[in-house]
Amino acid sequence: MNFLLTGVNHKTAPVDVRERFAIPEKRLPEALQRFASYPGIDEGVIISTCNRVEFLARSTNGSADIHGFLSEFFQTRREEFESYLYDYSGQEAVHHVFRVASSLDSMIVGEPQILGQVKEAYATARALGTVHSHLDALLTRAFAVAKRVRTETAIASSAVSVASVAVDLAKKIFGTLQGKTVYLVGAGKMCELAARHLLAHGAGSIFVANRTYDRALKLAGKFNGQAIHFDQLYETADRADIVISSTGAPHFIFRQEHAQRFLQKRRNRPMFFIDIAVPRDIDPALNDMDGIFLYDIDDLQGVVSANLADRVEEARKAEAVIADEVQKFTARLQTLDVVPTIVSLQEHLETIRQAEIDRVRGRLGTLSAEQEVAIEVMTRGIINKIMHTPITTLKSAARDQEATTVVELVKKLFNLRDKSTTAGGNSGNTGHN
Amino acid sequence: MALVWLWVAVCLYGLGLAYSLALLANRGERIARVAIPAVSLGLVFHFVSLVEFIVHEQLTPASIEYSESLLAFALMVLFMIVRVRYKTTSHGMFVFPLAFFLTFASIIARRPLHLEDISPVFRSWWLFAHIALIFTGYAALFLSFGASLLYLLQASRLKSKNPGPREGLASRLPALEVLDEIGYRALLLGFPFMTLGLVMGAVVAQARFGSTYFTDPKVMLSLLMWAVYMVLLYTRWSSGWRGRRAAYLATFAFLAALVAWGANYFSYVHNVERVLRS
Repeated sequence: MNFLLTGVNHKTAPVDVRERFAIPEKRLPEALQRFASYPGIDEGVIISTCNRVEFLARSTNGSADIHGFLSEFFQTRREEFESYLYDYSGQEAVHHVFRVASSLDSMIVGEPQILGQVKEAYATARALGTVHSHLDALLTRAFAVAKRVRTETAIASSAVSVASVAVDLAKKIFGTLQGKTVYLVGAGKMCELAARHLLAHGAGSIFVANRTYDRALKLAGKFNGQAIHFDQLYETADRADIVISSTGAPHFIFRQEHAQRFLQKRRNRPMFFIDIAVPRDIDPALNDMDGIFLYDIDDLQGVVSANLADRVEEARKAEAVIADEVQKFTARLQTLDVVPTIVSLQEHLETIRQAEIDRVRGRLGTLSAEQEVAIEVMTRGIINKIMHTPITTLKSAARDQEATTVVELVKKLFNLRDKSTTAGGNSGNTGHN
Repeated sequence: MALVWLWVAVCLYGLGLAYSLALLANRGERIARVAIPAVSLGLVFHFVSLVEFIVHEQLTPASIEYSESLLAFALMVLFMIVRVRYKTTSHGMFVFPLAFFLTFASIIARRPLHLEDISPVFRSWWLFAHIALIFTGYAALFLSFGASLLYLLQASRLKSKNPGPREGLASRLPALEVLDEIGYRALLLGFPFMTLGLVMGAVVAQARFGSTYFTDPKVMLSLLMWAVYMVLLYTRWSSGWRGRRAAYLATFAFLAALVAWGANYFSYVHNVERVLRS
């Protein structure tokens, strides 16, 4: 359990500090290799995103000077950065890694990107060979924990951006966005963003009306949509299921009498108006009309903050899941420590068995197939019976303090070579079933 | 045996009732997990019981006992169709309590009529068809009524800018357009059944009473209900009425249906027991 973790994140350090530690993708392999070969460090992973940089290591003897590495690598004096760092070791480090992967430590709790970023960091480290048995087990477990948090809590289920709230609302009105028409009034950035979101969720066609026709053309071109001259706005807007308005107009563009006409032409199929302009483009009275649903920017933001509050509630449940997983992982890891010894013990005895069979086989003459099998079964049986007690003892010793002593003793008794540093994560997994 | 199966069905429908209450209070995800399979099973028992009544006990579907139980059965079948087609169970909120009470009432108010008690004029398939068709029409009308209430609920949530609780059963209300489609399709499906059912009834009555049956209150009220039904369908079809206006109309149609149903008790030609035994 000699895990060490040092890092900075958006809570402990302002962006000008974080950017000093950020490692660009190009330099990551070099940084990883130097990190993993730093004195006292056995395995290493670096997670570098815009909100955090984490240096995770497994040390040989439980201590390694990660601060020293940082000072060397970034060529900065320790005093300049040490107050921004956090350090965890052992179980605390495991806890932190699980929280990061499950997006509990994120700026927006529950955001999905972080898991992908951790997975990428893991893939890079694996490709470079800087993770094996222990960190491998830790990170794979972290991914499973993140998945469990996601399925057992509603932490990531609600929309927390204006654009995604708009999509959610549209789905509550129309069910599916498939084949729905989006009408952009004004060609601003926000309009574009919201439209992009709606299209990504299946919305069919796009119309763009703008006072400057050229800009309408340009934006419509981006989405494969249709540009509309602004003076034809009222004749065409009834085609829209969703209207997003963000013009700079000082007065309302859509009033009740317009909406009345749209509804008539649409035979009362509902319309969803999204007003992201300030000052507002759409008369709030539209919301009182049957079949018209109007949200302005404050309404959308209101839903966003309500959803965020929900996530805080869900995060509390997630913390319990993580505490539970840290417990389980710690217990499992202790078994992991004795696995290489068990494996080499098994291999050692198997070699002896094979050698003895080869030696005697010639003297036995021709044997029937059943006799061959009987020899196999008998010799294997002897070995398994002999091995049974040592393996159980090793496994149970793993949970106690005496693990190292027992491991050393077994190695000495059977004259086993030390394989614990070369055993991969795969052979490690065989031990706990 | 048939009665035992019916009791089992009622008990299972009782879980559906619990589901409706949980939906109202917006809790009970667990109840939903139990209630939906339970009512599905209830429907199976209900079906078995109906078949047994008709086949073994030689009861006519015109007895009060069946009328209520049959209507509940039609409601539950429609519920299942919507559930499969639209992947929602929200409409159970209205369907379950009614199905439960109707089935329960059919057991409590047992007035079995055996085939031999019935005057030969009514021992025809015409009568059975009349009842089955009308009940399907009633059930569809009620489903449509429930869908428009759910539509109102969802719409008012969206308009209040607080799109409702983010978890719990109530957060899984279907989208407005889906509710609208359920409501409209239910009407479309129910109307021909209702119309044909009324025609069948008229044929039977004509044969038995001559043209005097027409002035009976039950008949008049049924025609009124049919007219409201048609108006409801027409406004939907011609100008796509939905939301509040559609809900008002659907409520009115439902009340008309209720009155027409209740008219059994002060009707001359449709006083089931008296007429059938005569």
